[in-house]
Amino acid sequence: METSERLPQERRLFRERMNLGVWFKSGEPWIWLTATAVGTSIVAVLGLIGIIAVKGLAHFWPSDVVTIDYENELGAQTIAGEIVQRERVPREQFEESGADQSIDVKGDPVRWMLKSGNRKVNAPDFRWIYEHTITQQQKQRNLIVFERLEWGNAYGSILELREQGSVVPSENSWKELRKRIKRVVRLRREAQSIQSGSIDRINYKLEKLRLRQRGRELRGNFETADIDEQRMNLNEEYVLHERELNDINAQLDRDDVVIAIAGGTESVIPLKSIVRAWQPNDMNVFTKFGHYCASIWAFLSEGSREANTEGGVFPALFGTVLMVMLMSILVTPFGVVAALYLREYARQGLIVRLIRIAVNNLAGVPSIVYGVFGLGFFVYIIGGGIDWIFFQSAHPAPTFGTPGLIWASLTLALLTVPVVIVSTEEGLTRIPKALREGSLALGATKAETLFKVVLPMASPSILTGIILAIARAAGEVAPLMLVGVVKLAPTLAIDGNFPFLHLDRKFMHLGFHIYDVGFQSPNVDAARPLVFATALLLVLIVIVLNLTAITLRNRLEARYREALN
Amino acid sequence: MTENSLSSESMNESTGGVRLASKLVGSTDTRSPSQFQANDVCLQVSELALFYGTKQALNEINMLIPRQRVTALIGPSGCGKSTLIRCFNRMNDLIDGVTISGRIELNGLEIHDQEVDVAQLRRQVGMVFQRPNPFPKSVYENVAYGLRLAGKVPKSELDDRVEWGLKSAALWDEVHDRLHDSALGLSGGQQQRLVIARAIAVEPSVLLLDEPASALDPISTLKIEELIAELKTRYTIVIVTHNMQQAARVSDFTAFLYLGELIEYDSTLKIFTNPTQTKTEDYVTGRYG
Repeated sequence: METSERLPQERRLFRERMNLGVWFKSGEPWIWLTATAVGTSIVAVLGLIGIIAVKGLAHFWPSDVVTIDYENELGAQTIAGEIVQRERVPREQFEESGADQSIDVKGDPVRWMLKSGNRKVNAPDFRWIYEHTITQQQKQRNLIVFERLEWGNAYGSILELREQGSVVPSENSWKELRKRIKRVVRLRREAQSIQSGSIDRINYKLEKLRLRQRGRELRGNFETADIDEQRMNLNEEYVLHERELNDINAQLDRDDVVIAIAGGTESVIPLKSIVRAWQPNDMNVFTKFGHYCASIWAFLSEGSREANTEGGVFPALFGTVLMVMLMSILVTPFGVVAALYLREYARQGLIVRLIRIAVNNLAGVPSIVYGVFGLGFFVYIIGGGIDWIFFQSAHPAPTFGTPGLIWASLTLALLTVPVVIVSTEEGLTRIPKALREGSLALGATKAETLFKVVLPMASPSILTGIILAIARAAGEVAPLMLVGVVKLAPTLAIDGNFPFLHLDRKFMHLGFHIYDVGFQSPNVDAARPLVFATALLLVLIVIVLNLTAITLRNRLEARYREALN
Repeated sequence: MTENSLSSESMNESTGGVRLASKLVGSTDTRSPSQFQANDVCLQVSELALFYGTKQALNEINMLIPRQRVTALIGPSGCGKSTLIRCFNRMNDLIDGVTISGRIELNGLEIHDQEVDVAQLRRQVGMVFQRPNPFPKSVYENVAYGLRLAGKVPKSELDDRVEWGLKSAALWDEVHDRLHDSALGLSGGQQQRLVIARAIAVEPSVLLLDEPASALDPISTLKIEELIAELKTRYTIVIVTHNMQQAARVSDFTAFLYLGELIEYDSTLKIFTNPTQTKTEDYVTGRYG
């Protein structure tokens, strides 16, 4: 009884629900549509970050090295390396590719990409091997991976250690090797500190002296006695340091290691070219994790090598953060002052409306246009002008009349100023009239009211503008290529030489680094993981910069929320 | 300045027929404002007219506001009472398209003169608005705001002046232990008294109150009214109010405005008990407005 009564009602309800007209009227499709849009965005963002995180972070893991025996048209081969990738090749492509077809395989063959290193001995260092051609694979113990300053990684096992060309007898050659690598690393660091500390400083001073002398000559003063004396002192000092450096270099040359490479060849590696060495097949998860952390730290703290395809990204990281910070310092006062005038002082009318429209439209100008403008206006006109007035002695070499950090920051400040203006203006309009009147009624002038009441209350909106500006500036690459970013900057923009912050220097940038490593590099396979790692780092920097600003804004907003409502 | 405390009661009997019970009238002064001597007059308004663009908001206002008395401005919405009170500290200057003609003299000085510094004028003529508008700063900083504007004040003197201001506004006992908390944490009534403290901390001679209690609950309103009664011994107070009982309770003189014109201006007792104009009578008896 009960079910037979309920059934028609349920059916009616179902029919009503299926009636599209009613369904549309209920507003439910609208909820679905909006929720889907939000969901898609979240999936897209998380997916993007997930992909670059997985691919970027996996690069630093010391994966095992497999030794593979396989056959190709030349006969049996043996090779050792890290498996980077596995993929299925469509049958047609396999047949057309000209690969060795002598071994039968059913369906689509699978191939492995192997990072076999040893570029000097058996180039190329990345190679594809078809799975069905493999006859044997094993993880050989005591196999060592050498990270080298040049020529990429080397894979092999120790045959002998040599000191000054003669064999060093040792029971545990791996332990002995590690000890000697430590020594090399220490020596290399010493040489580095002499180079970047003392020698660079002397060169910098010598250049300053040259410019001073040139400046005097331009003024018709040919007195050089004091300059010559200083130069002589510096040159003497230089010779001392140079000797020290040569000493260290000689010590660096002392040791070599001979390794046996899978497949039967031998190779001599000078120890001075080794950055690190590890035995992945003999490491457990914990030691691997330690190595992993050390690799990430090296990536963050070291400079790049081998045309940016190896080593770290510290100079690019440093350049990006410094440039964004300079940009924020430049854009904030500029944008806030402009917004104050537009909203508080200018007579609201057609002209102000037109200016506001123009400002909003500036945000839509392609960034490369800003780059061209920055190059023409900032670099050549302003920078050139500064050189003409202050740096006559350096002519014809430009000082500020060439792309550099300050011009890149200014160009990006110009690019992001509309965002700051718009959000500051929004903040200013939100301040209740009652508070302004309260201040004016106490005898405050308009300027006093602005600075003591209005601007502090508008600060959350100003910060919102800065957040948006940072987000835009940190990811911008195209204009920077014209106004200051380079593939490889010889020195950081901050160093120990007065005035410590060198705004005229060129700098490296993570965004450009991604482009350069990913698309301009001679060794694409070696560079690919670095592209992901660098992209991840750039995204993380933007997130960290944004989170800092957002936290600050939320704190300020909490303070003023009640007064605004 | 003689205060005849008996007169209100004697008047009470003779005009018993008026609807509003005259014992509500707190005033002790029965003189008409025009009877005041020149040196007892604080603000003198003559021939004042004000236009918003082409719309006339005030027309031919003439009135004398006696020193150290409470003068109430009453009238229906849009009659120009707020506009008039905002003329006294030139707050109307802030509005685009306002033109003012006529004279307003503060202690004998024309406030529209070129030499008059508006900031200086506003320091002499304090103002409290309809809704409490404390700054989003601490209680202390709110009261110190006007003092700091006048120039650098030593910390100890600032402390004294802030305390004095808060005591004068009958707020000290409630906030002395949280001077450095945000002023926005105070109740509405406390906020309004804080705003009054802020205004009197700079020691003005005139205090303009633009519907100071209309956003408050009855108990807070009562406190504000008690405060007004105390403050009038030191300041000339002009109050705009919608609430006729309030005007009757707190003021000595009442001006009735209607459509930008000053219909009647006399002692509060007279306005509420024996008005000469029928419009005034209609309004105070609640027949319209």
